[in-house]
Amino acid sequence: MIRFLIRRIGQSLVLLVLVSMIGFALLHLTPGGPLSQFALTPGMSAATLAQISHAMGLDRPLPIQYLDWAGHLLRGDWGRSYRDQQPVLDIIVSHLWATLELMGSSSLLAIIFGTWVGVLGAIRRYSIADYLATIGAMIGLSIPTFWFGLVMIYIFSVWLGWLPSGDMYASGHASFIDYLRHLILPCLVLTLVTIATWSRYMRASMLDVISQDYIRTARAKGLRRRAVLVRHALRNALLPMITIAGLQLPTLLGGALVTETVFTWPGMGRLFLDSIGYRDYPVVMGLLMFSALLVLIGNLIADLLYSIADPRIRLS
Amino acid sequence: MSAAAPLGSALPAPARGARRPALRRFMRHRLAMFGLAAIVILVVACAIGPYLSPYGPLTIDLRHRFQPPFLGPHLLGTDQLGRDLLVRLLLAGRISLTVGFAAMGLSTVFGVIVGLAAGFYGGWAGTALMRFVDAVLCFPQIFLLLTLAALVSPGVLTITLIVALTSWMEVARVVEGQIRSLRERDFAVAAEAIGVSDTHLMLRELLPNVMAPIVVAATLTVARAILLESYASYLGYGIQPPTPSWGNMLNNAQEYLTSAPWLAIVPGIVITLAVTGFNFLGDGLRDALDPRLDIHR
Repeated sequence: MIRFLIRRIGQSLVLLVLVSMIGFALLHLTPGGPLSQFALTPGMSAATLAQISHAMGLDRPLPIQYLDWAGHLLRGDWGRSYRDQQPVLDIIVSHLWATLELMGSSSLLAIIFGTWVGVLGAIRRYSIADYLATIGAMIGLSIPTFWFGLVMIYIFSVWLGWLPSGDMYASGHASFIDYLRHLILPCLVLTLVTIATWSRYMRASMLDVISQDYIRTARAKGLRRRAVLVRHALRNALLPMITIAGLQLPTLLGGALVTETVFTWPGMGRLFLDSIGYRDYPVVMGLLMFSALLVLIGNLIADLLYSIADPRIRLS
Repeated sequence: MSAAAPLGSALPAPARGARRPALRRFMRHRLAMFGLAAIVILVVACAIGPYLSPYGPLTIDLRHRFQPPFLGPHLLGTDQLGRDLLVRLLLAGRISLTVGFAAMGLSTVFGVIVGLAAGFYGGWAGTALMRFVDAVLCFPQIFLLLTLAALVSPGVLTITLIVALTSWMEVARVVEGQIRSLRERDFAVAAEAIGVSDTHLMLRELLPNVMAPIVVAATLTVARAILLESYASYLGYGIQPPTPSWGNMLNNAQEYLTSAPWLAIVPGIVITLAVTGFNFLGDGLRDALDPRLDIHR
């Protein structure tokens, strides 16, 4: 276990370094590079720029600059926003929870219903329900998320008038019920994407398990079908899904971004779009790095959980 | 599934005999046929449709502003300026489909080159390349796409390049894995033993055996490229008006959601149709070309 742990964490550290290098490269691609804040200020002379550049250490060799930048990153100094001079990390963390709430609630729905649909598809393979679920999942993956959001707003906000079309709270009365009412639509839209993937992987995993010998043994020794399915098959079929959940994280995060922009949900996606609009590059780059870190850590946790749940993979 | 033959056991099978069952499987795949039909109809409609319509894409018909679909001279209705929605959809389709295909081509070529190099030469450089692929995959694709799109001046060419730049990684992964295992196989070792050059071995011996997964991945990449383009354009970072694209037609549809909902609904249906078509097609191709599924049918 210790060796597996060390190897896996080592891999993550290598990835972390590579991710930070990509982030650094992107930062230098921005117009004006790290200097853009000053370069875009009107009336800035080239001489002053050169002076600032020297003061910021931008005339040093790139590897040195990278190490300096990465060191600041590690110490939590992610630069300041152009818009209000707030530290980038603080801004991101203040928007993090809204995104996590959206992702968490829709993942919960997707896992519950996706598991159910996937298991049903596996045990009644090639039935009409299975075909419908497969086709439904494919269409779910094909619908543009933002457009689905617009359609939901049209149906439930404009036409029926049941639910609010955006934001997190109605101005004036901020109650939990009000929050839930605002959460329903974005959560459903994000669930559409997640449930499609989850149910398909669940079906494949379940099919894999129910063709195993120990399932036949369990049936042969006279256990009820339901007991075998739930206690023997489902439990084992859920194991690899831990990894799938980790691998789905970038898609889920991307989906949350899209959903937030349609529903003006005040999370990281909304912040990202606002920052791009203002050319607030420190925040944009910070969000890019932060989301990659989130994915990296999510995958690491998923792998570690999987190795605890299924000791076989540690040995391979 | 666990009883499946070892990976790629049928890949180097005799070329001719093995292709026909694949074709037959593909033709029998109803969803794939539906997808293919949808794509062909869309492509043909976008190519010749605009010539058949009495309305131009920028023709302003002020007497029929906000005409709902099917309720007037304009078949699918008109927008706030009285422009014909159907003609604009078809012209937008030309742009969106072109971006989808071009981005697929670019990203596939790039992904194949990276995957081929990493899988063939392996070693330190190969590992480094693949770890780089892993690192790029850590960034959510949409974040990467929008960041790059915000850095360049938007246009058809730049958006194609950016979409390609953010979607080559999966092809590279697939190719690398396959090449690495194919390299150890007898036919590759034999070819190496009779002294063919590395390039010959890579392009003439190994690559043809990886075509099936590449074709599948490429088809699915078109679907994703269309989605990515439409989202970037919807947000205003993709293709700019007056050039219509499926995404930017939805751009200001949100403000007319109450008064003219069809402006938002119709383009979305077309995008969904196109993307579903490519996804069904890719799925059918995977079923038809993956010999491992033979045992189960």
